[in-house]
Amino acid sequence: MSRVPRFLWLPAALAWLLVAVPIVGLVVRVDLSNFFSLVTSEAALSALWLSLKTGLATMVLCLLFGGPLAVVLARSQLPGLPFIRSVVLLPLVLPPVVGGLTLLFLLGRTGPIGGPLYDNFGITIPFSTTAVVLAQTFVAMPFLVVSLEGSLRTAGERYEAVAATLGASPLTTLRRVTIPVVLPGLVSGSVLAFARALGEFGATITFAGSLQGTTRTLPLLIYLQSQDDIDGAVAMSLVLVVIAIVVILVTRTRDVR
Amino acid sequence: MSIQRSPRTARRSAVLFAALAALLGLALAACGGSGSGSAPSTSAQAAPKTLTVSAAASLTNVYQSLGQQFQAANPGVTVKFNFGGSDQLAQQVVQGAPVDVLATASSKTMQTAVAAGKIQGEPIVYATNQPQIAVAPNNPKQIAQFADLNKPGVSTVVCAPAVPCGAAATAAEQATQVTLHPVSEEQDVRSVLTKVETGNADAGVVYVTDVKSANGKVAGVSFPQATAQGVIQSYPIGVVNGSQNAQLAQSWVSLVTGPQGKAALQQAGFTTK
Repeated sequence: MSRVPRFLWLPAALAWLLVAVPIVGLVVRVDLSNFFSLVTSEAALSALWLSLKTGLATMVLCLLFGGPLAVVLARSQLPGLPFIRSVVLLPLVLPPVVGGLTLLFLLGRTGPIGGPLYDNFGITIPFSTTAVVLAQTFVAMPFLVVSLEGSLRTAGERYEAVAATLGASPLTTLRRVTIPVVLPGLVSGSVLAFARALGEFGATITFAGSLQGTTRTLPLLIYLQSQDDIDGAVAMSLVLVVIAIVVILVTRTRDVR
Repeated sequence: MSIQRSPRTARRSAVLFAALAALLGLALAACGGSGSGSAPSTSAQAAPKTLTVSAAASLTNVYQSLGQQFQAANPGVTVKFNFGGSDQLAQQVVQGAPVDVLATASSKTMQTAVAAGKIQGEPIVYATNQPQIAVAPNNPKQIAQFADLNKPGVSTVVCAPAVPCGAAATAAEQATQVTLHPVSEEQDVRSVLTKVETGNADAGVVYVTDVKSANGKVAGVSFPQATAQGVIQSYPIGVVNGSQNAQLAQSWVSLVTGPQGKAALQQAGFTTK
C-alpha cells in the first residue's frame, strides 16, 4: 500500500467519486414504496427477460466467433494483423448509434444483404429479436476479443510449444493446454461481453426498433419511461445497476486471484 | 513480452505528474474557452440583447428562418433557441429557466407552465399540425386509409404512446376504431421517418410537417380522422413571466403569429389560424 505515491490519492479519489456519486444519487432517488410494483410490471418483466435472453445469446455468439478471432490475433502471423485488430476494436470507440446505422444499411430491407434476404425469402431482420442480438454482438465482441487476446499473450506459447514437442496435435494443444490456461480470461471476457450487451442501447434502438417483448430491452424501456414515468425509469435503472455490479464483482474477483 | 523496468520510477512519476497537471490545465482551458467563445460579438449601435426562445423540436426549421428575419429587423438582437421536447421545455420554465418565450407543441404541455403562473396572459394558439401516414414514394403498398395499416404484408412503425407523436397515433386509432399492430414503437418521430425512408417499414404514423420535411423521400397519405378533436395538435405560444426582454418577446410572438410567421409555417406544412 505504501508504494502508491501520495499525490495520486486525490485524483484517484475524484475519479472514483465521479462514478460512485451519481450511482448514490440514483439509489437515493428510488421510490422505495413502489419499487417492487414498478420493477415487476408486465413491461418491466418482459424487458428484463428479453435483456437476459439476448444477453446470453450475445455471449454465446461472442464466444463462438470472438474466441477463435482472439486466438488468431494472438497466435498467427498474418500479414495485416494490426489492421485486423484495429477493425475489431472499432465498436469500442464508435458511438453505438453508428453501429446501428451501419447494420441497418447492410441488413435492412434495402441493404446489400438484407435486400436479397427480403426479396427472395421474405425475411426482415430489423424489428426482430435477431436484430437485437446482432446489434449487441457488434458492440460486445471487442470486450471478449481484447480480454482473451490479452490472456493468451500473457500466458505465452511455452506450454503449447512443450505440448507440441510431446506430439500433441494443434487441436489437442488448444483443448488440453491453451483453453485451460486462459480460462479465467475467457470467463471474464464472456461476462464482460454479457454485461455490455445488457447495457446496449444505441445500436439496438437504431437497428432493431423498440417493441415490448420483441426488441424492447431493459435500457430501451428505461429511456422510454424516462419520458413520462421517471419513477419507473429510476427503479429499472437500479435493477440494471445491481445486475452490473454483481457481474463485475464475479469477474473481477476471479481476475485478481 | 514483459520487460523488466529499470529503476527510473521516481523520475518517471515526476514526468507523469507534470503531464497530468498539464492535461488538467488543458481540460480546464478547453472548457473555459468554449464558454467565452459562445458570446457573440455584435457590432450594432444598440446595446446587444439576447432573446431566448424555448420551442418544440418540430418548430426547428420554421423558427430558425424566422429568427434570421427577426435579427435583421432588430439590429443588435440575437435570438437564441432552445429546441426540445415540449414536456421538458415546459418543465424547465416551471423550474425558473431564464427563457423569454415558450412555444410548445401541445396545449397540455403549455398548461403546465400556465398553471405554475409562468406565462403572461393567455397563450395564443397560432398553428395546428395533424398526423399523416408516411409511405414510400408512389405508395407501393397502396395505403389509402388508416385501416390499411393493418393489411397483411404491411409493416407499420409508430411512436411509443408515452411520447407526443405516439399519443397522436393512439388518438388516431381511437378516432378510426382501428387497433394497429406496429413492428416497432419508436422513441421519436424522426426515427419513425427514418424507418420508412430506408424502406425497412412500409408505413409510419408521423405529422404532416414531418412528411413535408422529408423532401420527397416519403409520401404522405392523409386520413379524415386526423383533424378530429384530440387527434389534431395545437401550437400555443406565450411570453414567460419575469422575462428581462418582455417587449422583444412580445414582438417575437407578433412575428410568429403575423403574416411572415404564417407564410413560414404554411410552407412547412402547418395549418395556421
